[in-house]
Amino acid sequence: MSVVKASNLSRRFGRRWAYARVDLHLEAGEKVLLIGANGSGKTTLLRTFSTLLSPSLGTLELFGQRVDSGQNLDAVRRRIGMLSHQTGLYEDLSIVDNLKVFAKLFGKPTDMGSLTSHIEAVGLDGRSEPIRTYSAGMRKRASVALLRLKDPDLILLDEPFSALDPTGIDEIAALLNELPATQILVSHQVERAAQLCDRCVLLESGLIRWQGSANKAWDAWRKAQQDAS
Amino acid sequence: MIAIGLRQAVAILTKDLWIEGTSWVRWVGLVSFGILVLLLFSFAVGPNSAMLQKHAAGYLWLATLFASANLFTQSFLLETEGGAIEQLQMAPVYPAALFYGKAMANTLQLLLVMVVMVPPLIALCDVWFVEGFGLFIGTLVLGALGLSAPGAMYAAMTARLSNQQLLLPLLLFPLIVPALLAAVKATSLIFFGDPMGQISSWLTLLGAFDLIYWILCGIVFGRIVES
Repeated sequence: MSVVKASNLSRRFGRRWAYARVDLHLEAGEKVLLIGANGSGKTTLLRTFSTLLSPSLGTLELFGQRVDSGQNLDAVRRRIGMLSHQTGLYEDLSIVDNLKVFAKLFGKPTDMGSLTSHIEAVGLDGRSEPIRTYSAGMRKRASVALLRLKDPDLILLDEPFSALDPTGIDEIAALLNELPATQILVSHQVERAAQLCDRCVLLESGLIRWQGSANKAWDAWRKAQQDAS
Repeated sequence: MIAIGLRQAVAILTKDLWIEGTSWVRWVGLVSFGILVLLLFSFAVGPNSAMLQKHAAGYLWLATLFASANLFTQSFLLETEGGAIEQLQMAPVYPAALFYGKAMANTLQLLLVMVVMVPPLIALCDVWFVEGFGLFIGTLVLGALGLSAPGAMYAAMTARLSNQQLLLPLLLFPLIVPALLAAVKATSLIFFGDPMGQISSWLTLLGAFDLIYWILCGIVFGRIVES
């Protein structure tokens, strides 16, 4: 089943094209790594896939439904999960309270047992301290707990390993790997992120320069770096 | 759809009150700011008790207005600080539910701030509720509703701007002038008596503006959040 189908997708801000003529097709369960230099359009493309940003040109189908015209947004968004450099949580609330709030909004069970299972699955405990007191690793884990709570079919990950040490990266990678959903991952940790993915897409100045097997991502990335310098 | 929207609005409202309820520092700061403004008005006017008494309603509402700008800024900061707003959009929470939840939370908090400011106002300006305390509370509720809806809308509009603290009052204050005027007039009549029976007219006007603000801001809010 097709989860993402982007055809000739382009987005511009004023006169500048953030990305252009992007054709990308993801089947259910596929994991794709999106790499490229800063400003190459990765995050903008990811935000378009999230439907939070509409494309300037082209068509975008998510779960078989066209969304570029702004239709079907609610049903589609319900099936998408996001993890970015921010936690996506309320900084003044504890992890339990955060999940309780979002469970109500996602229409998921709010019983303590169900919430605790998500928290324990990411290696956190139900401590009452607010999220703002968490370390970088704990914050990422809390975000993954939120993803688990929503249980989406498509997960968009924007730099999930930022601010983490190598051990932290391995731990978050393992947690993300457990999630069965289709995933699009943007990361500068190319070597580590490629191990999680089946396929890699290299963006350069908003255009797809290369796509292929994830185990060739590092070579493609290095070549792109050499060409740029 | 309405039932889901209502459930979401209640969830946003309780969440906001819950977060604000846990932050005593913010509360003390907000209430202290309101009382400080009242004190500054009394210092500016000087030891002229007749003058203080005459303009007491204006002082109360201006102090509330200044405090409200801080409250509204803080209110939407909760959503943007950790990026929760994007999770709300992706939930998806209906923009109207988000707006009405936040505007109701703002109203209740503003009411609490005003109620705390009343004893210092009575002490400073020597006023009393000639037309009844119930009518006074009713006026506070209508006035708070009139400030909260545009406040929630403009807080969302300016949330991601670097100079939000400046822009929010600049946009908000002109818009709520009619509601403010009606609230001040009604409060003043409650303090000094209403022999001509004008209070109901001012309260009707205030209620009408509340209705307009709550409907229009609810409609516009969705576009603001999406953009």
